Amino acid sequence: MMGKTIFIDPGRCIGCQACVSACRECDSHRGKSMIHLDYTEPGQSVASLPTVCMHCEDPVAPCAEVCPAEAILITADGVVQQADTTRCIGCGNCVNACPFGVPKIDLEAKLQMKCNLCYDRTAYGLAPMCATVCPTGALFYGTLEELQAERPGVQVADSFAFGDVMVSTGVAMVVPADKVQWPVPGGLPVVEVNGVDVR
Amino acid sequence: MPLDPAISPPGTRGFRDAGGIPADQWHADQNGETLVPTHCCFCGVQCGMYLRVDKGGKVFGVEPRNHDINRMRLCPKGINAYQQVNHPDRLTAPLMRRSRDEEFEEVSWEEALDFTVSEIRRIQQAYGNDAFGLLGGASLFSEKTYLVGKFARVALRTKHVDYNGRLCMVSAAGANKLAFGIDRAGNPFSDILLTDCLLIAGSNVGECFPVMTQYLWGARDRGAVLIVVDPRETAVARTADIHVALKPGTDSAFFNAVLHVVVREELVDEAYLAAYATGWDEVKAKAAEYPPERSAGICGVPAAQIEQVARVFAGAGKAMAWHARGIEHHSQGVENCLSVINLCVATGNIGKPGAGYGTITGQGNGQGGREHGQKSDMLPGGRSIMNAEHRRQICEIWGIEESELPAAGTSMMEMVWQMRRGEIRGLIGICNNPFVSLPNYRVTKEGYDATEFHAQFDFFLSETAANAHVVFPVTTWAEDEGVMANAEARVVKHNKAQEPPAGVRTDTWVMCQLAQRLGVGDKFAFAGSREVFDELRVASSGTVNDYYGITYERLEETGGIAWPCPDTEHPGTPRLFEDGRTWHPDGKIHLQAVEWHQPMDPYDDEFPMSLTTGRTVAHFLSGNQTRRVGALVEQTPRPWVEVHPSHGFQNGDPVRVVTRRGSAVFPALVTEAIRPDTFFVPYHWPAPTAANILTIDALDPRSKIPEYKVCACRIERAESIDEVPAPPVAPGHVAYPETQVSRTDTLPPTAPQGRATAEERR
Repeated sequence: MMGKTIFIDPGRCIGCQACVSACRECDSHRGKSMIHLDYTEPGQSVASLPTVCMHCEDPVAPCAEVCPAEAILITADGVVQQADTTRCIGCGNCVNACPFGVPKIDLEAKLQMKCNLCYDRTAYGLAPMCATVCPTGALFYGTLEELQAERPGVQVADSFAFGDVMVSTGVAMVVPADKVQWPVPGGLPVVEVNGVDVR
Repeated sequence: MPLDPAISPPGTRGFRDAGGIPADQWHADQNGETLVPTHCCFCGVQCGMYLRVDKGGKVFGVEPRNHDINRMRLCPKGINAYQQVNHPDRLTAPLMRRSRDEEFEEVSWEEALDFTVSEIRRIQQAYGNDAFGLLGGASLFSEKTYLVGKFARVALRTKHVDYNGRLCMVSAAGANKLAFGIDRAGNPFSDILLTDCLLIAGSNVGECFPVMTQYLWGARDRGAVLIVVDPRETAVARTADIHVALKPGTDSAFFNAVLHVVVREELVDEAYLAAYATGWDEVKAKAAEYPPERSAGICGVPAAQIEQVARVFAGAGKAMAWHARGIEHHSQGVENCLSVINLCVATGNIGKPGAGYGTITGQGNGQGGREHGQKSDMLPGGRSIMNAEHRRQICEIWGIEESELPAAGTSMMEMVWQMRRGEIRGLIGICNNPFVSLPNYRVTKEGYDATEFHAQFDFFLSETAANAHVVFPVTTWAEDEGVMANAEARVVKHNKAQEPPAGVRTDTWVMCQLAQRLGVGDKFAFAGSREVFDELRVASSGTVNDYYGITYERLEETGGIAWPCPDTEHPGTPRLFEDGRTWHPDGKIHLQAVEWHQPMDPYDDEFPMSLTTGRTVAHFLSGNQTRRVGALVEQTPRPWVEVHPSHGFQNGDPVRVVTRRGSAVFPALVTEAIRPDTFFVPYHWPAPTAANILTIDALDPRSKIPEYKVCACRIERAESIDEVPAPPVAPGHVAYPETQVSRTDTLPPTAPQGRATAEERR
């Protein structure tokens, strides 16, 4: 199925924001975090969920598709890069196009910024900073086989439905074993689990 | 460092298989940057990390380190810890004033040291040696805690020395010594991955020890049942198989009832008890008085749940219990810990891989901080200051007469009471901040204000240092070397990453300088930590806390050694009691029957509810360090009160919490994750938004730990929320950019992990 990528496991997230702090330390956008931390059941439970860029594969990166300046480049290994600083015009199209709500616009700098899977690290075989430090494994970097070896029976999804549109992503999400037909926390309807269509 | 696949926590395989540049060498050759291997300065997990040092020799960042304990992982405190090293708030010259009416002035080291010594002499000549006290800290390296104990007894010749670990895990220490004759966790973290049933009592692991969570959930991945006993539905409780949301202050009633069911259902390991324990008959008789129906009424949980916990824990092949401040911060803290030990021992869960007990240390050196004589009743190596033989041994090493060695002093809170009564007239504080950390703020302030002289060692001007006459600017953990013992009793070595700023000295240097001026310089001729450590090793040799076989070189090679380690060939002792023998002379486990009693602050019509306190993931203890780091302040800018929806408040409403000591107003965080009869306030902030205005200074009679975790209270709707001073921002931290954010980042996080209210986020 998928190669080495990030797996998000909302069941393990403790909302500590170590990923947010680690993302700030990444050299490619030092001082700014590209991670969203959401609270999925506010007032009822402490459940939380980190979102990094999902690195959409099919349709390929809506943010890049709509970019009028062709500032968002996609590498051969499927990493959707943040906007090229020499091209980005800060129009915000990418923000509106992203189904997961990931890119951010620095209006002052007229620059889009988003998670680029710590390309400065992953290109050398290292895990992204967020998944490296995540104290609980809510963010895991590796292959599906590596994840399953450590968490027997784990099920993951990398296809999600947005109305009639199905989006396949490079980053995958762990799905609770007893809820494979349900939306994952955060409200994303799951289309495939471990590569099997569950619609 | 080799990774043992059998105990490898989840999530590390990707790093093991990583091609290209080895993770440990990342950045090392870029731009003249170097990576200095060391450990986090904060909690008792002691995660390994690299500090990034630029070619100018300054710490400027952090890089994860593949150390045995944390396998690259770090929590937000660890990631941001480096920001305090070159923070603009650092003290870089001694501050001095002759009375509290004056402003501080920067003075020379000579002047500050001479004034301090003259005040020590004046006070001791007028009122006696014991009129001067010393309060240390458990964030100091073990070398420095050893020196604190020696400095008090040999240089100041006072019996009044204690440390802020007294506010941390002394209840667990007391219980472990009573039961096992040794004061430490029985098992390493890695044993958690081998257990079938894990019981976590009174510990918000996700926020207090985030990196330890990987072991909990690693165990769960392997099929272990997770039981969490906590009044709040914390992140770990949320995912537990059984969450026992008991009323604060009822822990031993709960554990007695669990034991009652274990006995009733004949799940007791009689053979183990017969072979290895004493006192079982008394414990069994006491447990008989706590049928689950009775404890259910006391604890506010269903009797069926108590029975379920008993069956699951006792029915598991291997079970472990880990506990922390939630059951220790009580006027019956020692008894609570003993009741957990009784359950482990009665079910035969001791001294085996995957079976045992552990205490989750709060401060970085909470374990090591008391092992070598910083505690009022202890001498190096865990020796008792009341024991004639132990006194003789230490006097021989220190080169003093036995008659010169003072007797046992009092505990930290008791010393403050004595300051208030004028019995202690002068005080030196090292690495502590009692103005925030001690309960009943009014009493603490009156105690400190009553002293004629107060000096404080710190690298930031803490709330307590601001009360002092002299403040000595000392090093951070990144500017000196030394060892700490983590929650597993694994001794790890911290390394020096940069030279201290000009004007800053090590705590060791300051204590040695003071000792020289007090006329005992020959007994404090230490050039640095290594020489102190070598004396500590000798002083601990042959004791329960034997460090003799641990050397700096061995620590560098191994990534940590668990004591006891009696010789340099010894591998250390990660797991205790493997042969069934304890450190009591008879080799047996001494079980103690436990009677539950009400918390010290009684409930009545005026104060009908429970207030409990605790931590938040972004801050450490009194917040003196973390409240200065921009990213952490941004994450959790101020305290709040957690309120159940049944009280009719909305998020952000001003809520006044009132106890018999005082009141404070906090924004409400409305959540179903807390009991309707209980409120929670985190304790990292100073007055006026301080939990310690509210908490009671009642102590456990044996451990003398304050009862932070429960007091009687009521809540009222208030007009407005108490102000919190604007936080300073550290260098290196870039404030979150003014971005157009496409989703919910700017909405108030309303779950307990969210913290900031809508008002602050605006």
